[in-house]
Amino acid sequence: MKAARASLLAGAAAFMALPAFAQGGGLTVPKTIEAGAAFSIQSSGSGKGSLYIVGIGQALKRDIQLGETTWFPVGSLYNAGHYMVVVTGDGGAAESGSLDVVPESKPADLSFLARPSRLPVGLHDGITGAVYVFDAYKNLIPASMPVEFALAGPSGETQSRTVNTRYGVAWTALDSTPKQGTDKFVARSGGVSSERVIGQVPGDPCGLKMSAAPAGKDVRLQTDPVRDCSGNAVPDGTIVTFTEAYNGAQSTVDVPLKRGIAQVEMPAHPGATITVASGVILGNQIRWGR
Amino acid sequence: MRVLKASLLLLAVAATAATMAVAQPTVRVEPAHLETQRPLADETAKAAIRDYLESWQSMDAALEQNRPDLLDADFVGDARDKLSETIQEQAKLGIRTHYEDRAHDVQIVFYSPEGLSIELIDTVDYDTQLLDHDKPQAKQQVHARYIVVLTPAELRWRVRVLQAQTE
Repeated sequence: MKAARASLLAGAAAFMALPAFAQGGGLTVPKTIEAGAAFSIQSSGSGKGSLYIVGIGQALKRDIQLGETTWFPVGSLYNAGHYMVVVTGDGGAAESGSLDVVPESKPADLSFLARPSRLPVGLHDGITGAVYVFDAYKNLIPASMPVEFALAGPSGETQSRTVNTRYGVAWTALDSTPKQGTDKFVARSGGVSSERVIGQVPGDPCGLKMSAAPAGKDVRLQTDPVRDCSGNAVPDGTIVTFTEAYNGAQSTVDVPLKRGIAQVEMPAHPGATITVASGVILGNQIRWGR
Repeated sequence: MRVLKASLLLLAVAATAATMAVAQPTVRVEPAHLETQRPLADETAKAAIRDYLESWQSMDAALEQNRPDLLDADFVGDARDKLSETIQEQAKLGIRTHYEDRAHDVQIVFYSPEGLSIELIDTVDYDTQLLDHDKPQAKQQVHARYIVVLTPAELRWRVRVLQAQTE
């Protein structure tokens, strides 16, 4: 009983009596190393001991001979971060220090977020890209470095912008190009590149215009080929709305574009006012003759 | 026997009291310093910082119990992979580590224009303790600056990068 109690108290006392460690003593630890680089740690004393290097990125332990230099080859410690270095001897005495692992300076991987994947042509700052720069060990490289963003349109024209990273990240906003098709959005840094594909679709109809012609008792309405403001053909299926107002009454017909145009026949009321629209875009207006 | 029971009870009460007495870390949030085009709503910033601070609790629990599954709610991607590997290394070596954060000084420095990542800088004061086969080996007070990248999941922000930076 007494023994059990003494054991418990001893355990508690041992925990409470943990020494407050300071860097140094006889322990020589590099202050910083580059990720993956070889390094060494010199301990003091004699006899056998254990060397620990622990952090949230890695945990290492080596059985060592106290007083000797312990070598860590290339690739031993590669996750950037802060590490506690502890050397303990058989007697229980311990020394500790700390070690910072910094990322390699050369980029090896870019995490490239590009949005949207599809958008209308000619949109100011419509395409955005953000790049996080990583080294070969997937450490974020916080040192500032240039990232080139290049957006190549379907006809080969290219917008390019170079931005320096801040805390490992760079971003830009670019205009979508005037021509519909597929853009290549590329980010480059330190010889590494990452590419995203952006689809550009025509914008809203621009200069929507219809013409009217008699067709028996009806009037045949037909749009000119519907294009956006950059001259791209608006896709088939886009709805065009024809509205005829006559004598206080109004009739409306929605027609999908086919082969770039919309056409419909409506009753030919003399004096009727006929308008055309697509979404919020209004076209011309025709007053049908008496 | 009664004395032993009483001692165990006393220790249990003391341990409970000690656990309850563990102070919450002090948290200071600096005004965001953003250069991006996307405005950062207060609710978004608060949620990201709240989720990040909670991630320290799950990280501590995971590293102290050598249970990578405890990371799932708060970590994703490389951060989760690296922590998980550390836990595997710890388990293999028979060691555990305890991280107790005492103070955070947080500043959001980047909100990506498409809203899919937030980066923050956190100057943290914390204690690290190393245990080898449950025997305490060393304890250290650390003052370090962390770069953190968070990405949104279904219900919360998750830590994708957690990396101490040499000041």
